[in-house]
Amino acid sequence: MNNKYSIFSLIKNAFTQHENWQQAWGNPEPKKEYDAVIVGGGGHGLATAYYLAKKHNMKNIAVVEKGWIGGGNTGRNTTIIRSNYLWDASAGLYDHALKIWENLSQELNYNVMFSQRGVMNLAHNLQDVRDLKRRTHANRLNGIDAVWLNTEEVKKFCPIINTSPDIRYPVLGGTLQRRAGTARHDAVAWGYARGADEMGVDIIQNCEVKGIKRSGDIIEGIETSKGFIKTKKVGVVAAGHSSVIANMAGLKLPLESKPLQALVSEPVKPIIDTVVMSNAVHAYVSQSDKGELVIGAGTDAYVSYTQRGSHDVVEGTLKAILELYPIFSRMKMLRQWGGIVDICPDASPIISKTSIKGLYFNCGWGTGGFKATPGSGDLFAHTIANDEPHKLNAAFNINRFVSGDLVDEHGAAAVAH
Amino acid sequence: MFIINCPYCGERDQSEFTAGGEAHIERPKQPTELSDDEWAEFLFMRKNIKGVQFERWNHAHGCRKWFNVVRDTTNDKIHAVYKMGEKPSID
Repeated sequence: MNNKYSIFSLIKNAFTQHENWQQAWGNPEPKKEYDAVIVGGGGHGLATAYYLAKKHNMKNIAVVEKGWIGGGNTGRNTTIIRSNYLWDASAGLYDHALKIWENLSQELNYNVMFSQRGVMNLAHNLQDVRDLKRRTHANRLNGIDAVWLNTEEVKKFCPIINTSPDIRYPVLGGTLQRRAGTARHDAVAWGYARGADEMGVDIIQNCEVKGIKRSGDIIEGIETSKGFIKTKKVGVVAAGHSSVIANMAGLKLPLESKPLQALVSEPVKPIIDTVVMSNAVHAYVSQSDKGELVIGAGTDAYVSYTQRGSHDVVEGTLKAILELYPIFSRMKMLRQWGGIVDICPDASPIISKTSIKGLYFNCGWGTGGFKATPGSGDLFAHTIANDEPHKLNAAFNINRFVSGDLVDEHGAAAVAH
Repeated sequence: MFIINCPYCGERDQSEFTAGGEAHIERPKQPTELSDDEWAEFLFMRKNIKGVQFERWNHAHGCRKWFNVVRDTTNDKIHAVYKMGEKPSID
C-alpha cells in the first residue's frame, strides 16, 4: 500500500532527509497467468491498466514493458494537450481526454503538472485562415472552447511573435484554445503506474514480448523474455512497434512507423507563457517549467525505427522558428531526439478489437498521442473489459479501413487540415 | 539521413529523394472484381517491417525516376538498389 502524498508527508520526510520515501511501484516477476496483459508500459498502456483495475475491477492483470516505463514516446513528446479537432468523432475522443486531464493530479494523488496555458494555432495563408475559422466553428458546435484571433490579437497574446507582413510565413491570425496546455510527461506515466500498482496490477519492466500464442482465432498467451504468460486478453499499446507485435500474431495493420523529432534549448527566463503551433511549417514551441524551449519538428517521410531523425527536418523547423521568433536567434539547442510514431493513413488512432478473439490494439496515434493518454486508457480499458468499444471510440475501429468510413484528421499535430 | 545510390545518377543525399513506401504491392489487375477486404489490403495494410524492408524511392530533386531500395529500417543501412522490374542482388 502506497502512502498518500500530501503536504504533511512532504514535511515528515523532510525531517529524515527524504530517505524514507516508499517505492512508488513494485518490481514483480510475472505470474503464470493473468486475466489480461497490456503490452507496452507507456502512458497509454499504464492508463489502460489503471482504468481496467479501477473502473472494471480487473485486478489480476499485468503491464509488460520491454524497457522501462515511460521510456518510449511518453518521454519523447512535446507534451502538448488540446482537443480542438475538426471532426465530431475526434472532438469527442480528445475532449474526453482533456476533461480527465483537468482533474488527473487529484485523482492520481500525483502532480502531473497539468498547465492550461492555452494552445494557439497560427494561420500563414488564406487557406489556413479558412480552415482554422471552420475548425473554430466546428469546435464550438461540439462544446469545445475555441476563438479566432486576428493578427493584432495574436501579437497581443504572444508578443514575441514576428507579425511583420513581409516575412516568409506571415501571421494572418490564429485560433486559441484556452483550456489546452501542457503536462509533465514522465509524471503521467509514473502517476498511472503508482495508481495501478496500488490496486494490484503487476508492472513488469525489461520484459520483451517475443511471440503471441493463439489457437485458431483465440488468444492463449504471450511469449516474453521472462517466459510464457497465459492470458485470454492481450491489449497492445506499443506505439511505433505496433506492427512488430501485429506481425507476431499474423496480422497486418495500416500503419507506417516514422521518426518524429523534438529538441530543447538551454534554459532561459520565462519568455513564452503559452504553446504556439504553426500548422503549415511544422514548428511548435512552448517553454518548460525549467525554462527550456521545447520545440517539435516534423516526421521523416520514410519508414524507420532509428529513433533519431534527419537533420534537414530539424533545419527546416528551426528556420521557421527563427523567422517567427527572431528573439530566439542566439539560443543554443541542448538536446535533440526522435521517437518512432505509428501513423495511420487517415492520421487518426485505432482503438479496436481485431479478427483474433482476445487481441486488442490501441495504436496509430501518430504524432499526437500524448494529449489523449487518459482518454485513450479509459476507452481502451472499456473495450478490453467489455469486448465492445465505448461509443466514443466506436469510430476508431480497425474495420474503417475496409468500410472506407475514415476519420480523416490530418490534424494529429495540428498539421495542415 | 543517409546516402542513396540512385541507379541513374549515383550517390546523393537522401533529402533529394522521396520515399514511396513498401515495394512490390501490385495494383489489382481486375479492380472491379475486388472485395472491400482486398481493397483495404491493397490500399492501406502495410508490413511496416522493423528490419530489412523492400521499398520504392523517387529521385524527386534529380532524375525524377522511380526505383527500388532494400533498406534495414533499424539502422537505415541500404543493402541493395535496383531498377523497377529488376530483381535485387542483396549483399
